[in-house]
Amino acid sequence: MNTTNLFFLLCLLGVLGFLFGRHRAYATSHGSIKNLNSLPSHYGMYAMTLTVIPALVLLACWAMLSSQAIEKVLILELPPEMQALPRAELGLLINDVRNAALGQSIAGDDVQLIRQLGKRYLELERDSTRMLWLLCLALCAGGVAWAWHHIQARHPARTRVERIVVLALITCSLIAVLTTIGIVLSVIFESILFFKQIPLTQFLFGLEWSPQMAIRADQVGSSGAFGAVPLFAGTLLISGIAMVVAVPIGLMSSIYMAEYASRRVRSILKPVLEILAGIPTVVYGFFAALTVAPLIRDFGHALGLQVASESALAAGLVMGIMIIPFVSSISDDVISAVPRAMREGSYGLGATQSETIRLVIIPAALPGIVGGVLLAISRAIGETMIVVMAAGLSANLTANPLEAVTTVTVQIVTLLVGDQEFDSPKTLAAFALGLVLFLVTLLLNIIALHVVRRYREQYE
Amino acid sequence: MDNRTIDLMQKRLRRRYARETRFQWYGRISIAIALIFLMFLFVNIFSKGYSAFQQSAIMLTVNLDESEFPQDRKDPGAMMAVDYGGLIKQSLYRQFPEVTERKDKRALFQLISPGAVYALRDQVAANPDSIGNSIDVWLPANDDVDMYIKHVADQADATAMRLSEQQVVWIEKLRTDQRLEKKFNRIFFTSGDSREPELAGIRGALTGSFLTLVVTLLLSFPIGVGAAIYLEEFAPKNRWTDLVEVNVNNLAAVPSIIFGLLGLAVFINFFGVPRSAPLVGGLVLTLMTLPTIIISSRAVIKAVPPSIREAALGVGASHVQTVFSHVVPLALPGMLTGTIIGMGRALGETAPLLMIGMVAFVVDVPTSFTDSSTALPVQIYLWADSPERGFEERTSAAIMVLLGFLVVMNAAAVYLRKRFEHKW
Repeated sequence: MNTTNLFFLLCLLGVLGFLFGRHRAYATSHGSIKNLNSLPSHYGMYAMTLTVIPALVLLACWAMLSSQAIEKVLILELPPEMQALPRAELGLLINDVRNAALGQSIAGDDVQLIRQLGKRYLELERDSTRMLWLLCLALCAGGVAWAWHHIQARHPARTRVERIVVLALITCSLIAVLTTIGIVLSVIFESILFFKQIPLTQFLFGLEWSPQMAIRADQVGSSGAFGAVPLFAGTLLISGIAMVVAVPIGLMSSIYMAEYASRRVRSILKPVLEILAGIPTVVYGFFAALTVAPLIRDFGHALGLQVASESALAAGLVMGIMIIPFVSSISDDVISAVPRAMREGSYGLGATQSETIRLVIIPAALPGIVGGVLLAISRAIGETMIVVMAAGLSANLTANPLEAVTTVTVQIVTLLVGDQEFDSPKTLAAFALGLVLFLVTLLLNIIALHVVRRYREQYE
Repeated sequence: MDNRTIDLMQKRLRRRYARETRFQWYGRISIAIALIFLMFLFVNIFSKGYSAFQQSAIMLTVNLDESEFPQDRKDPGAMMAVDYGGLIKQSLYRQFPEVTERKDKRALFQLISPGAVYALRDQVAANPDSIGNSIDVWLPANDDVDMYIKHVADQADATAMRLSEQQVVWIEKLRTDQRLEKKFNRIFFTSGDSREPELAGIRGALTGSFLTLVVTLLLSFPIGVGAAIYLEEFAPKNRWTDLVEVNVNNLAAVPSIIFGLLGLAVFINFFGVPRSAPLVGGLVLTLMTLPTIIISSRAVIKAVPPSIREAALGVGASHVQTVFSHVVPLALPGMLTGTIIGMGRALGETAPLLMIGMVAFVVDVPTSFTDSSTALPVQIYLWADSPERGFEERTSAAIMVLLGFLVVMNAAAVYLRKRFEHKW
């Protein structure tokens, strides 16, 4: 009697419900399906929906919420002095109880109590599953009864089924909205907890970042500083290097492909350049960290320069190469969208092709190109794996591309990989950084999409 | 016109033409830089990685002495407890009778991988009749030996490879006896992660990726296609629909790491989905790939000409029937193409998986959607961080496998597009 079995049983019941509905429709049709309002299969689908959809919805909600409900009940049954424990310790206790329930060995002072609670936990879980089975089967029975009662020759099953289908489609499209809401809520909720401990101004304008918190009160040097300016500066430095690489190369290659290259060359070059965007970023990260960074370091040493082995230059360079296709494919689109008449007018005045491009086409396409560049910047800021693998961890406030800097995304990863405590500012800081990252990229995307769309309308 | 003006004009014209040529060359050079980088990347990874598909193995003549084995060969517990390490040691000492010092003996035993014990155990378990005889078995060599065999040609100083001179002498002797050879690296494809490079494989990560993608596909294809159908065919033109549209477009450009934060806060902390599991990975990647699938599916549905719809409506089909029996079947290949491309992106994605704890060191191959596991790109990330030299070539080899899968998926997408492309 577990939830997976229930799911398969419900699927089976759905098939049976379909057959039942169809049969019922035939039975009420007085021998000819011409008497039916809808096709027999519509009645089948109608019966199937009535039978299993409510039960499946219940099952889904139950699966999502039951473990929390069980915890709540368990906590309510605890002796009052334990209920008064802070949230984190209560969480640890529940964890122990769950481990005990799974039969794993546990350590601690209250082994006896925890064993007991573990037993209670199992009991509650069993009760919960039983209740779920009962409720689901009751819902199925109710659905069947409803279908039995309603399916008759004149019943408009098709309209009902179609309404349900459209409702299902609406639900699908709602998930996109829910995702955004989920993102906003999850980062904002934890960020508020963070800003309760660290003031917003210190986070936004502080010049020092060292998120290690002291474990003992008398520890030296680990007071935890959460000034994010060095991270923002590092992110901007690396993204800046990336754009210095990506914009000229991307723009020039798209101009060449749109204006000079023959159709055949273009049809080969374009997909090949797109490969750059299809390579997973972890591959670029590996390449940047193990090949490009040492190359740059050795080259710098040969010139007598001091180059960090995790220099911003290596990460930025590789990131720039990755971004080339984003710049080039968008500029390619907008350059091709410039009307022919403008080109021919320019040629008619005796301008060479490059003069036409520089003085007519690019100014005309500029808004679109800017939009594309903005999208590329947002991608560079949010890019994670390349910087995690090739950029450093130390928060330097520097503009020197040969030094190691760290970025917002690197810090999010380092703060959240490993042990997490959701009451220490160290973990919560990751969500505050995530909030900043989300807002900045969102702003860039909105502006860029707006600019690109406005530009498209201009020439349509 | 006097000659001076003509001269000036011709000079100017030459300058303008020179500039034209230069401009064209800028374009060519830009493309060349991008292509050279691409080539460099591939050549670099392939040249580093191909050697990982072979692994050095040492052939030992092991005497499976009857007295070492339990009476009851069927008892798995007792068969596990047999001292295979001791058997391997004895055969090594027989091979090199001149080694008597304890220190040397230990150095000699270090040539063999710690995993050799299990290799021998499996070999014996596979044919128990061999007990009592001497058998020749190929056992995996230690990764230092492997690195020496693979790179001795391009490295003058053997001691730089963490081997003593004495060990190098033994290796060369084994080599001349043809007892040390490079064999196809089966372990790489059949085992999970390990701290020892010679025992580390990608099977665990591949299975993890597969399970994650199954969840992603099962959720994102129906939801994405459903949302696209609604937005394109049923949604009324109003502010709400506009909001959903803007939303989808923006989600497509949200950094992937943000989806990881969402997964951590919502799925793991709020709904209590187990950490590090393919289930939660699949959920996060679903949310990440949805916008891609919705946008591409909408484009395909939009491309189906209105005449198809009108014909269906004209013979009395309802709106839903028109969409599901006429529009969707025509758009399906295009939607599949979009989905495959989305799956390819999901396969290569690393950052959100780091957030939800799929970076754990997992030795076992996951068997269900709730086991802790890693994914192939995460495995690459983990190995890239490992200091052992043996992991560098394995990282490159894992990248080759990942790129191989991506090539296959994209080729499938291109094939689908070419095969079912309609020019209306």
